[in-house]
Amino acid sequence: MRQINLVIIGGGPAGMGAALAAYDAGVRDILILERDSALGGILQQCIHNGFGLHRFGEELTGPEYAWRYEKLVREKNIPFLLDTMVLDITSDKVITATNATDGVFQLQAKAVILAMGCRERARGALNIAGTRPAGIYSAGTAQKYVNLKGYMPGKNVVILGSGDIGLIMARRMTLEGAKVHAVCELMPYSGGLARNIEQCLNDFNIPLKLSHTVVEIHGKERLEGVTIARVDEHRRPIPETREYIPCDTLLLSVGLIPENELSKTASVTLDRVTNGAVVDQDRQTEVEGIFACGNVLHVHDLVDFVSEEADIAGKSAAAYIFGENTECTDIALSTDGKIRYTVPQRITHKKDVTVYFRVADVYRNVTIKGTSGERVICQKKKPRVAPGEMESLTLKADLLTGIDTLHFALEER
Amino acid sequence: MYDITVIGGGVVGGMIARTLSSYRLKICILEKAHDVAMGASSANSAIVHAGFDAAEGSLKARLNVRGSEMMKDICRELGVKYQNNGSLVIGFDEDDRATVEALCRRGIANGVKGVRVIDREELRALEPNISDDAICALYAPTGSIVCPYELTIASIGNAMDNGADLYLDFKVTDIRDDGDHFTVFSDREQIKTKYVINAAGLFSDAIARMVGDDSFTVHARRGEYILLDKECGTLVHHTIFRTPSKMGKGILVSPTVDGNLLTGPTSFDIEDKTDKSTTADGLSLVIKQSGENIDGVPFGKSITSFCGLRAVGSTGDFIINMPRSRFVNVAGIESPGLSSAPAIAEYVAQLLANSGLAMEPNPDFDPHREAMHGFREASIEEKNAIIQKDSAYGHIICRCESVSEGEILRAIRTNPRPRDLDGVKRRTRAQMGRCQGGFCSPYIVELLANEMNVPYESITKFGGASRINVGKTKEAEA
Repeated sequence: MRQINLVIIGGGPAGMGAALAAYDAGVRDILILERDSALGGILQQCIHNGFGLHRFGEELTGPEYAWRYEKLVREKNIPFLLDTMVLDITSDKVITATNATDGVFQLQAKAVILAMGCRERARGALNIAGTRPAGIYSAGTAQKYVNLKGYMPGKNVVILGSGDIGLIMARRMTLEGAKVHAVCELMPYSGGLARNIEQCLNDFNIPLKLSHTVVEIHGKERLEGVTIARVDEHRRPIPETREYIPCDTLLLSVGLIPENELSKTASVTLDRVTNGAVVDQDRQTEVEGIFACGNVLHVHDLVDFVSEEADIAGKSAAAYIFGENTECTDIALSTDGKIRYTVPQRITHKKDVTVYFRVADVYRNVTIKGTSGERVICQKKKPRVAPGEMESLTLKADLLTGIDTLHFALEER
Repeated sequence: MYDITVIGGGVVGGMIARTLSSYRLKICILEKAHDVAMGASSANSAIVHAGFDAAEGSLKARLNVRGSEMMKDICRELGVKYQNNGSLVIGFDEDDRATVEALCRRGIANGVKGVRVIDREELRALEPNISDDAICALYAPTGSIVCPYELTIASIGNAMDNGADLYLDFKVTDIRDDGDHFTVFSDREQIKTKYVINAAGLFSDAIARMVGDDSFTVHARRGEYILLDKECGTLVHHTIFRTPSKMGKGILVSPTVDGNLLTGPTSFDIEDKTDKSTTADGLSLVIKQSGENIDGVPFGKSITSFCGLRAVGSTGDFIINMPRSRFVNVAGIESPGLSSAPAIAEYVAQLLANSGLAMEPNPDFDPHREAMHGFREASIEEKNAIIQKDSAYGHIICRCESVSEGEILRAIRTNPRPRDLDGVKRRTRAQMGRCQGGFCSPYIVELLANEMNVPYESITKFGGASRINVGKTKEAEA
């Protein structure tokens, strides 16, 4: 079996970023396995701009952002295999994969970085009543038809869910000549970025119906319409508010799920809230030598943050391969209900660490505190926090002395 | 001139066509939809019933027990997934216990092997996740599960490999008796045939009326299901039924042969025989009743919900008869129709022989069809031997179910050839996983368009107006 120092599963922004970081830290024996026919992951179909403001200080399209990384991967001659699907990873880091050239093959890796990204929740997960006609797509699938294949899935559109892909597709379909009748959002707030609400809906007079959902799907062959309804505070549809909207297309932007089926084969422990691996500050999972970064770990708002996380995972995998180590500790991170999760979930080494987290609802004038017992370790004030926007807190290594728990809580002032 | 025309490309029509293709007969199958297995055969509980439900002495009872005995060998011949997992009918109170005991006596009278009543402890040992409130169960070790659309597709494909013709999009509008043969009409075509076999499911009453037989009617009974992710497929090992009521066997929870967990069906009589919509109330009922049987059914892991329509006949039993010469009704084939299908085919062949049809064995008949799922189950070495011959088998198209381009192309090129996305799905499982085609469907559209040499935007989900794309970009106008 072929031995490789570092195998990276996925050649999107997370995988490429991690590969480059590991390369810069001295690792040369790297292999990226990518299931698609090109590097870049989902960025390939994200032809809108707005990528790279944090990372590069300029606005790039998805393919441009991806190319910045792909160019470096090619310049540094980091090997990658395209159209290659990983079928299995063991906890001993034996990887089984397949492609048309090599057939089914196995690799023994010293370290593995999981960078498989995420997938969209499908209609089936929602159990919407009604028929099962053509014309219902996840927003990303429609994006692929329009942007990569050059075909229009439909002309009269309703969008369920106001996640960023749904918002982007509202604009995209409009620019391609379709009429977007409404974007329905189950929650009383949008899960998308504020700038996308402005630029993709308001600029095109597309109504955003908060606290609304699709309750029934109509049409035997092609979609003919949807019935929408307002929901009460328990998210139950209110029958009197039912409204029929004729349309031939329903796009779903109802959540992203980290694709951790392979992580499970490797016995990686998953976090019930993020649906990604439980990791330490190095993005190492609870299986030694297996790291994770990007949307497979937790769904990010911006690719810039994915790249940031990929740097950490790549550097850490290099340190693992070279047997480098810093002073150990073991701090378990916990949250109150208002903060849904943190990444990392554990701190195992004493070094500067940024803790990322997401809140459960929209809160105003908040103080976010990290405490250990009675002791306040860190805190941060924010005028507004929302579930759609990831927050972070940076801790200096010396703050981690003498503590074994760190609890994050949100207080409204 | 055909000897035999089978109206209906479901599991009953398919099994009949296959059985008759073992004789020197010229056969065709007429199907109104864009593909075979588009009615009740693609949306049911996927159960091979042991045979304790139907009343003693009924055709249902006799054909169910016989069909269930034949099923394993037929599935082996046709390369169809089949698993003998056993069935349990659970009871919650003393009334249920009486019903369970009555079912057991009926099963024994019907000739079901090994059927017996078990107590709470044995039930718990067989199924640790069963509700704590269950006090007893009927245990039928011969109960099995099968892939119903795969069985339908394979039986029709096998009949075709043995010389039968398949006409899709052939909606029968009239049948004329021309004395020594029938002429069967659609809007566009006509077919001459000596015999007609009416296996038209929900519409078999309408077909029978075309030849003057109005002795029965068929109505639709809606059954809604929820299918869960493969992660949940081991929650139960047996097929778990509730003690039955007069409307059917109640909501069941069962593993499928593909490793998913299936829950359903509801049971509501409806007027519109084409209304395959699910209802909010129905899906809630599935969730509620499943939860009463089994603890912790994780409905958060639902991957799809769907509705099947049972063809319920007005006589209470299967309607298999010859109301006039050279015309056979095979109607009212509701549950246990799937289980009975092989025996129904055998029974129909006998009926034809008795009516004077010359039934000479076809020496070239090959009962075998290669399994479509063989590649998936092969070892790494076996897979590599196949990939060396055809590299498309190394290229995965459907990520969730790990289906390769080679498997999809092979399905597109195998009888009966799929022409739409759902057809590829039923044959290969591509798009049937947790993302429900989100990633792979744009590629499968491309493979279909290339193989059929038609424009990309003409590919449909299941024929008719169910197009996936309405045109090229820059062309659409709202």
